[in-house]
Amino acid sequence: MIGHLTSKPGSSEANKTGSWRTETKPKFLQKNCIACRMCVYICPEGIVTGEGKNTFKCDYAYCKGCGNCAAICPKKDIEMVAEIEEGEK
Amino acid sequence: MPETLFKPGHTACAGCGQAVGARLVIDTAGKNTMIANNTGCLEVFSTKYPESAWCVPWIHSLFENCSAVASGIEAALKYLGKKDTINVIAQAGDGGTADIGLQAISGMFERGHDVLYVCYDNEAYMNTGIQRSGLTPTLTNTTTSPSGSASLGNPRPKKPMPEIAAAHGIPYVATASVGYPQDVQKKVKKALSIKGPKYIQIHVPCPLGWRHESDMTFDVAKLAVETGLYPLFEYEYGKLVSRKIAKIKPVEEYLKVQGRFKHLLKNPDAVKQVQAIADYNIQKYQLKSEA
Amino acid sequence: MKQFLEGSHAIAEIIKRCKPGVVSAYPITPQTHIVEDLAQMVADKELDAQFVNVESEHSAASVVLGAQAVGVRTYTATSSQGLLLMAEVVFNIAGLRLPIVMTTANRAISAPINIWNDQQDVMTVRDSGWVLLFAETIQEAVDLHVQAYKIGEDPRVMLPVMVNMDGFILTHGMETVDMPSQEEVGKFIPPYTTTYKLDVDNPQTMGYLADPDYYLEIRYLVQQTHRELLSIIPEVASQFKKAFKRGEGNGLIEGYRLEDAEQVFVAMGSVCGTIRDSVDELRAKGKKAGLLKIISYRPFPKDEVLTALSRAREVAVVDKSVSLGGFGPVYTDLCAAVSSMGPKAPKVSGFVLGLGGRDITLKSIQDVYERMSGKQVDCEFIGLKQELLAEGK
Repeated sequence: MIGHLTSKPGSSEANKTGSWRTETKPKFLQKNCIACRMCVYICPEGIVTGEGKNTFKCDYAYCKGCGNCAAICPKKDIEMVAEIEEGEK
Repeated sequence: MPETLFKPGHTACAGCGQAVGARLVIDTAGKNTMIANNTGCLEVFSTKYPESAWCVPWIHSLFENCSAVASGIEAALKYLGKKDTINVIAQAGDGGTADIGLQAISGMFERGHDVLYVCYDNEAYMNTGIQRSGLTPTLTNTTTSPSGSASLGNPRPKKPMPEIAAAHGIPYVATASVGYPQDVQKKVKKALSIKGPKYIQIHVPCPLGWRHESDMTFDVAKLAVETGLYPLFEYEYGKLVSRKIAKIKPVEEYLKVQGRFKHLLKNPDAVKQVQAIADYNIQKYQLKSEA
Repeated sequence: MKQFLEGSHAIAEIIKRCKPGVVSAYPITPQTHIVEDLAQMVADKELDAQFVNVESEHSAASVVLGAQAVGVRTYTATSSQGLLLMAEVVFNIAGLRLPIVMTTANRAISAPINIWNDQQDVMTVRDSGWVLLFAETIQEAVDLHVQAYKIGEDPRVMLPVMVNMDGFILTHGMETVDMPSQEEVGKFIPPYTTTYKLDVDNPQTMGYLADPDYYLEIRYLVQQTHRELLSIIPEVASQFKKAFKRGEGNGLIEGYRLEDAEQVFVAMGSVCGTIRDSVDELRAKGKKAGLLKIISYRPFPKDEVLTALSRAREVAVVDKSVSLGGFGPVYTDLCAAVSSMGPKAPKVSGFVLGLGGRDITLKSIQDVYERMSGKQVDCEFIGLKQELLAEGK
């Protein structure tokens, strides 16, 4: 009997690691962004996307809230905010 | 930037430097790449059955044999006449590289296989719980080289893996850091353009093992380079090319942000000892900016 | 075509006809002649393969693992310490379901270092999931290699196969061998194709981490495949017999003068030749002796063994290895098998012979025969020099 030989490519996407976040999440302000893409490079999850200035965002379904995108942003255009903001309650 | 070949949903710790490094490598190499991966954090957090983060053909066999497995992959591709269109990457952590995997790496280099070897250097056995490896820096506190009343931590310096690789006469050796993502990409690209065995060692902070905040991964990586403790250089056909440091920082700045070095801060002699390593690197690899 | 060949040369010749794309090996006596010959065949373009010289057996096994994972047929060979060094990879290859074929030139284990024949080496990887076949003669070793590829690469199997041949006795002995032609072998084992491979157009992940929710079933599947092999191996053996017009037994076991045998020797490998002669001598004296040769040790053909032993009253297992502190491995398997026979079970005795190349002569087998009828023994060493043991005190 044969089975379970391989896993399918990219199938980890089924695992929504966004549930790991406990305190804060990044907020992409999209005000002073210069599209340097450093947030894209440094994200361990590879979930920051965007093309031109002030277009970058991340996929909260996977974001673990590590905060490196906010730390790396040279324009302080990404902020770590409380997991549940006013108005989201 | 193309869609990533290393998908989210993997189970790396928040802020994992190795996840950053692995994505930079595979997204630079592209989809025509096969990977042989040693046992370690990267293998465990990216391939928990039935899920996989990888979108390229990927195989894990054992802790120490990715170089030999990659050699076999390369030999098979040569036999099939497909080697010229497919990159082969062997990758591992620092323990799988400098300790248990060293013999197999040496064999792969000596035989001249057209394989890029990538070592993700987080400076200890993180997958098993922060035990000392051959690439753990001097005076680091790990679970098997703890500091105590009779010890300042790991007594020995990092094994000079890049020099060991270069001594095989292979065409390309480089160090890199996730603190310099574009530099990582540039070096991977260059390595893959060269035929024969290549070695790249990427400094990848581990928030858990180094005991720094998860949002400090990038900053810690950068500080290691800026202090001279993690020199960035290339040996292209044996010729040294270094990345210069604009403003060299004292090692305290690097030490003080990590729990693994906390025990050194009250000990000026120990800090001096670490500073001497940085000074030696700065001289040896000519890291000082000319200007 | 019949040729008078050294065992190792015969193996290299048959491997050449099996057309592996990648061969990798590390030298160890008495395996060397096989891989030297293959290296020469590659150098002479007689064999279109990549020959990868490695720095250890661990890497030899890892190289063929990597190559087989790309979907290319491979070959390696080793012996003794080499097999022990590659043991970790040997287990891994079976778990990865890669149908690699390997020859083990069976040899003793160190210490003390000893290059001569016994079967202790293979027993260290007995539980790895590999199909373990044992050859009695050079001809049988040649034939088993062809069947090994056929068995392992069968889409129902996808497991590695090891052909065991006794070091020196078979690897360096000379024998007249009926060597099949390239055409015949090519017809019997067509090129290896599989979708289970590293492929940039179908990028699968191989060698993943399986947690407790999955591991048990995945190991069970290997055990289940071994059960299925008990019908697949005879299928292949019968196809082989049809295609090559030779072959004794059913691929799993072979009986010699077993029909009415009451006293049966059980053994594996070249020692079966000596035992056949002993059986003939005993028969000439009117004794109802017989031989049960085990060809497939893993999977262990329990039902075939029980059928073969249904008339036996006394069984002597001739082990060329020993689980120190326990018993001979084949004896242990035999005991497990006959335990289901109830009161009709024969008396099974275990004997250890020939370790480290000690000659197993007709006299040794005669000793075993004499003790078989006496008190049941479970791990009796035959041929011990009492004067050496006295010094050991």
